[in-house]
Amino acid sequence: MSTTIKTPRAGSASASPPEAGARKRRSLLGKHPLGLLFSAPYLVFVLAVFAYPLIFAVYIAFHDYFFAAPGAVVARPFVGLRNFVTAFTDPDVIRSFGNVGIFLIINVPLTVVLSLILASGLNRVVHLKAFYRVAYYIPYLTASVAVVAVWLFLFNGSGLVNQLLGPLAPNPSWLINSSWAMPSIALFVTWKQMGFYILLYLAALQNVPNELYEAASTDGAGAIRKFFTVTVPGVRPATVLVLLVSTVTGANLFTEPYLLTNGGGPNGSSTSPVLLMYQKGIEQGHPDEASAIGVILVILVLGIALLQNRFAGGKD
Amino acid sequence: MSKFQTTLRNAVLALGALVFLFPFYYMIIGSLQTKQDASLGGAFPHLGNLTGANYTAINDRINLFTGLLNSGIFTMGVLLCTLVFGVLVGYALAVLQWRGRGVTFALALLVQVVPFQLLIIPLYVLITRTYGLGDNYLGMILPFAINSTAVIIFRQYFLQLPKELFEAARIDGAGEFKLLWRIALPLVRPALVTAALLTFIGPWNEFLWPFLITKQATMQPLAVSLANYISNVAATAANPFGAILAGAVVLAAPVVVLFIVFQRYFISTDVGSSVKG
Repeated sequence: MSTTIKTPRAGSASASPPEAGARKRRSLLGKHPLGLLFSAPYLVFVLAVFAYPLIFAVYIAFHDYFFAAPGAVVARPFVGLRNFVTAFTDPDVIRSFGNVGIFLIINVPLTVVLSLILASGLNRVVHLKAFYRVAYYIPYLTASVAVVAVWLFLFNGSGLVNQLLGPLAPNPSWLINSSWAMPSIALFVTWKQMGFYILLYLAALQNVPNELYEAASTDGAGAIRKFFTVTVPGVRPATVLVLLVSTVTGANLFTEPYLLTNGGGPNGSSTSPVLLMYQKGIEQGHPDEASAIGVILVILVLGIALLQNRFAGGKD
Repeated sequence: MSKFQTTLRNAVLALGALVFLFPFYYMIIGSLQTKQDASLGGAFPHLGNLTGANYTAINDRINLFTGLLNSGIFTMGVLLCTLVFGVLVGYALAVLQWRGRGVTFALALLVQVVPFQLLIIPLYVLITRTYGLGDNYLGMILPFAINSTAVIIFRQYFLQLPKELFEAARIDGAGEFKLLWRIALPLVRPALVTAALLTFIGPWNEFLWPFLITKQATMQPLAVSLANYISNVAATAANPFGAILAGAVVLAAPVVVLFIVFQRYFISTDVGSSVKG
């Protein structure tokens, strides 16, 4: 930071010597105090929409918080871990975390493997490259609500998928079957988000030096060998990012269980923590318990992200 | 590379494209069927089974125009704030030197990893209870107002402009606003398009937040009213899937069309041509 400021400062001082007052202000706010003015709206936005609510969320989780009439002054005593205890002695809450676990176990490896395969295929293709890129990216761009509608149509009891599968179709059908509901949601999200990860990998593949592939060829490595010894290690930073983003997306799961499985059904086999936060916090009026669930969810996601970074990130 | 491998690669890519595109094709076909036909033959259009009635049916239930209008106002509000304030802060981060620049950039990066699920409860309390902005466009827009990814894109593009350009203009006596408006902005037009598209899909597709704070049907964006239709009243329509899919086509079409039209901007990360020109 200091080096970037030094050079232009020296240059401008020789060009036009500033007045004493301006120099004082400059040392306080930097060379262009106007920068602060330009950034002020954004800084206010970040403080109001991210920083303050973040602190407020933790505050709510540790207090007896409930909705009161606007302007009413009510006592909201500090209750320590009581909200956490209430939330996590509820079997539904434990189950929703387990559901996200199932989701992540299916979604994350599938996402990493399929998007890397498709991206490296796309990277070598000559014809139709733009078409494939658009085709892969369109589900990611489209509103979940819109594509959920088609999946409901495809995967309902007498839908096209079951018609094709015939006697192999699960009974009851996918989204109303308690052992298939969560895997179906995981498949849906994998399909919907994959375009984004393919683009990430595609960008990362540009940075893998071609000489490495040539060297591997000289050593007699085949295509599959090259994929594992050159491509996979070469895109490792992207893999860490894909792991992180897909884990965070999975933890954020709300729209899919709300609409695809009609609110986390059957019998709570596809509820997600965020869905429960909505039901408990806003529908049933217990924002304090909902916040406690949120705090634990974020801590778990951070923990998983750290582990992923540790094991997939390597030493660079 | 052997011929077999090339064939295999093309087959995998084509299969991928089929899997990604088929549901969209099926969405359109399904939205045009008079009678819902889920058999394999139903995946192909039959002249006798085509109708626009599903679009009028969904329009009777959720008023597509109001939904599109609300989605449009929500999205345009976010887009406007991001383009105005996002460009200002992007410029300040890339071109100007001021105290707090490093911290501001760190914040823009940090904001991207703050999980929204932790914020929904406090934001709901603040916006609907404290500020009384439930069922209000302002309340809808506020949490998304300035897209931090767009800020980072703006900064990135402004950084690529040659420093001499700015120094020369300053020596000529141009103020920072004039510099930004007349010199820097015209040179980063691709960044504006990229960031605008990226920002557009956020609020247009957003479901959870507007769903939480809009209770009146007249204020709901299309994604919310369609979702409510799916979860509540679908069973009462003559051809429920037809009506749902018609709504889905209306919700999906603007984004897909915009993306196809502007896709070369969206993917291009090269600002070189516009700087050299």
